Amino acid sequence: MIAFWILALLMIASAVFVVTARQPVHSVVGLLVNFIALAAMYLTLQAEFLAVMQIVVYSGAILILFVFVIALLSSGTKPFVVGPDRAPRIVIPAVVAAVLALAGITLTALRTPVTVMQTTATNGTTGDANAFGSVANFGAALFTTHLLPFEITAFILMVAVIGVVLIAGDEGPAGLSRRKPKRNIQREPILRQSDKVGR
Amino acid sequence: MSVAPENYVALSAVLFFIGVVGVIARRNPLIMLMSIELLFNASNLALVTYARAWVDNVGHIFAFLVITVAAAEAAIALAIVVVTFRSRQFVDVDEVSALKG
Repeated sequence: MIAFWILALLMIASAVFVVTARQPVHSVVGLLVNFIALAAMYLTLQAEFLAVMQIVVYSGAILILFVFVIALLSSGTKPFVVGPDRAPRIVIPAVVAAVLALAGITLTALRTPVTVMQTTATNGTTGDANAFGSVANFGAALFTTHLLPFEITAFILMVAVIGVVLIAGDEGPAGLSRRKPKRNIQREPILRQSDKVGR
Repeated sequence: MSVAPENYVALSAVLFFIGVVGVIARRNPLIMLMSIELLFNASNLALVTYARAWVDNVGHIFAFLVITVAAAEAAIALAIVVVTFRSRQFVDVDEVSALKG
């Protein structure tokens, strides 16, 4: 009960931080807090396997990808400057629309209460090997009833890998950069203090 | 599940719309992508909540698929950002208008 409210506050605060941070790196840190809090939230919902997946895939893979791209883009000669946000023009209508839709969804959710079923003896209790949401339970469902979606998942990942290599591989988009001359980056010669004084 | 599922769904809606505001209002493509990850997470929270409320595994399977698609999407989108930055030297979604009709 208390865990839920602490985690909820943490998630909302970190999400707001992600959206409002000036530097993308700060957003990544906020996103990390958000992901870990969400994993803990999954644990309160007895989704043990998904909590682990959340940490491994999101915090371990996707965030590292973001960090690498930020490091790659910031390492150029030009500083990593980003134009102004659309804040003045768009934020107020966006917030109004978001609050209206949020109120609609929340009211609908509150008006149709869901009766929570208890996990019965056949589902096992939390911590059992065969409990609801455990690895055994999840894996049995994934590899028997829902085998086709699982295989489609593999296909999606393969397409993504091929697409990423085609788009961002060494040759550039479909080998276009081969025909273009390489852009050479002009660097200011570094002057030592003694050189300046000598002149 | 000592907290009513409506609370979880309301939290999911709040997170979703924080993400929507991020996608609409920011112009840095990286922060827009991170906001999209917030959207995925919010939808996952709702899925897992209802899975627990009905003690049904399908919600977990669906959340698993969403995580997979999110990973694929992040990889491809970041590759596009890198290619755009490499050829144009700026990172601002409004400047990338080569495909505009």
